[in-house]
Amino acid sequence: MLIRKPGDIAPSEITPKHDYLNRRAFMRGAAVGAAALAGEHALRGILRPTRVEAADKLATVKSQYSLTTEPLTPYEDITHYNNFYEFGVDKGDPAKYAGTLKTRPWTIKVEGLVSKPQTFDIDTLLKLRPMEERVYRFRCVEAWSMVIPWAGYSLSEFIKLCDPLSTAKYVQFVSLADDKQEKLPWDAGIRWPYLEGLRMDEAMHPLTLLTFGLYGEVLPNQDGAPVRIIVPWKYGFKSPKSIVKVKFVKSQPETTWNDMAPDEYGFYSNVNPNHDHPRWSQKTERRIGAPIWKQRQPTLMFNGYADQVASLYKGMNLDRDY
Amino acid sequence: MKQRSIVLLKVVAHAACLAPVIWLLWRLYLTSGPDPNALGPDPTHTVTFFTGRGALRLLVITLAVTPLRKLLPKLAWVIRFRRLLGLYAFFYACLHLMTYVWLYAGFSWSAMVDDISQRRFITAGLTAWLLLVPLALTSTAWSISKLGGKNWNRLHWLTYAAAISGVIHYWWGVKSGVKTPLAITIVLGVLLLARPLLARRQNAKRSAANAVEA
Repeated sequence: MLIRKPGDIAPSEITPKHDYLNRRAFMRGAAVGAAALAGEHALRGILRPTRVEAADKLATVKSQYSLTTEPLTPYEDITHYNNFYEFGVDKGDPAKYAGTLKTRPWTIKVEGLVSKPQTFDIDTLLKLRPMEERVYRFRCVEAWSMVIPWAGYSLSEFIKLCDPLSTAKYVQFVSLADDKQEKLPWDAGIRWPYLEGLRMDEAMHPLTLLTFGLYGEVLPNQDGAPVRIIVPWKYGFKSPKSIVKVKFVKSQPETTWNDMAPDEYGFYSNVNPNHDHPRWSQKTERRIGAPIWKQRQPTLMFNGYADQVASLYKGMNLDRDY
Repeated sequence: MKQRSIVLLKVVAHAACLAPVIWLLWRLYLTSGPDPNALGPDPTHTVTFFTGRGALRLLVITLAVTPLRKLLPKLAWVIRFRRLLGLYAFFYACLHLMTYVWLYAGFSWSAMVDDISQRRFITAGLTAWLLLVPLALTSTAWSISKLGGKNWNRLHWLTYAAAISGVIHYWWGVKSGVKTPLAITIVLGVLLLARPLLARRQNAKRSAANAVEA
């Protein structure tokens, strides 16, 4: 090998001083560039966006319905890994774009088969009952799961206030769809507003939570602020966010995912390891926040709430009524 | 193109193809202690999509080589990069397959058989990988001389089948309504269309030249 002497090096080959001084920045940029070649989506999810602002505290009492046997999912993950298509279809989009959601003023309109239609202000609802901390499992149909300390009270308390008629057999929930506050992207393939619904006995079940908070603070926008429903024994899309209307009806209401792909998303969508999604298995789930070699775990029937809710579905063929 | 420049460019190409994997391995190491969130909240999903998209993109780049050469004859030398790119595509596809075998199927044969037979997106994915295997095995100069150029070329048309299978696998794997695979589908579509279009242009030029000579 010919070792060159300083005189052999042409001036054009000398690294410009600016580049030399900034070589680390360059390498970082090159690394990011190379990674971007392989997946800017991966990057977006990984390089976390700005920290969620500390929110208003919510005083909560403990609940008998809370899970005590599994570790909580970190707040960072609960607030940066979301399906909230109103703000974009990537998991990191809601955290990035939900800042434009205005949570005050906020009302929930109650319509349909009730003794009289009403409109409730969010601040009234916040004071209706003592807030309970409910640590629930959360299972997305995409086969990932979390353990989340929600804050709220049973939806049944709110329903009592709505005074539904005896002819009301189902309740439908309507989420906010306002293009002045939300992106409502076309590539979500969804007809807005997002609609969900429950059978009356499911809605009245004590586990069904009218939810206002998370980790003892009000819900961050990306998690469905200022008020949402949580139904822990069903796939996550059955837990609608940012509710603006509750309608009591006599027959099974239209729900968004069931409308979009009825062979994939049923009205009930109870968590069921024995009924696979047509395109992927539901036998296992990936726990968010766990290290990669420990993520996979078996899916539990009714997401582990079988003791409390199996009786609602006695006699039903859950393979047909998925 | 000078030989020395080609060698230099090849080093750069290897580095560019390997950099994402090295970055991923670095991130994987970080999750074991220093930064548990280094691969995001759902590391299995992150790694799966990272390797899958890498495989598809490299495959598509490989398919872009010949149309590029036909459009810009001065860049004829890029053919010397095609094997490198194709083999890296296979490498990423193997990583992607390993992610499935380890993290999704947990090395369970019954889970894999169940998935392959019932989940069509997995069937499509496995098909794409299987189509790449003979291509990787016959990537050497020895293979080209043993098979003969014409047969070798014909065999390597399977690259198209693998790319199409891979894109179908992507569409079938995402939730209904989600359009993320659209970009790569369009690029692949353009490349597939480019071939017959460019061939027709070449034939037209050739017949025009012949006509002039006659």
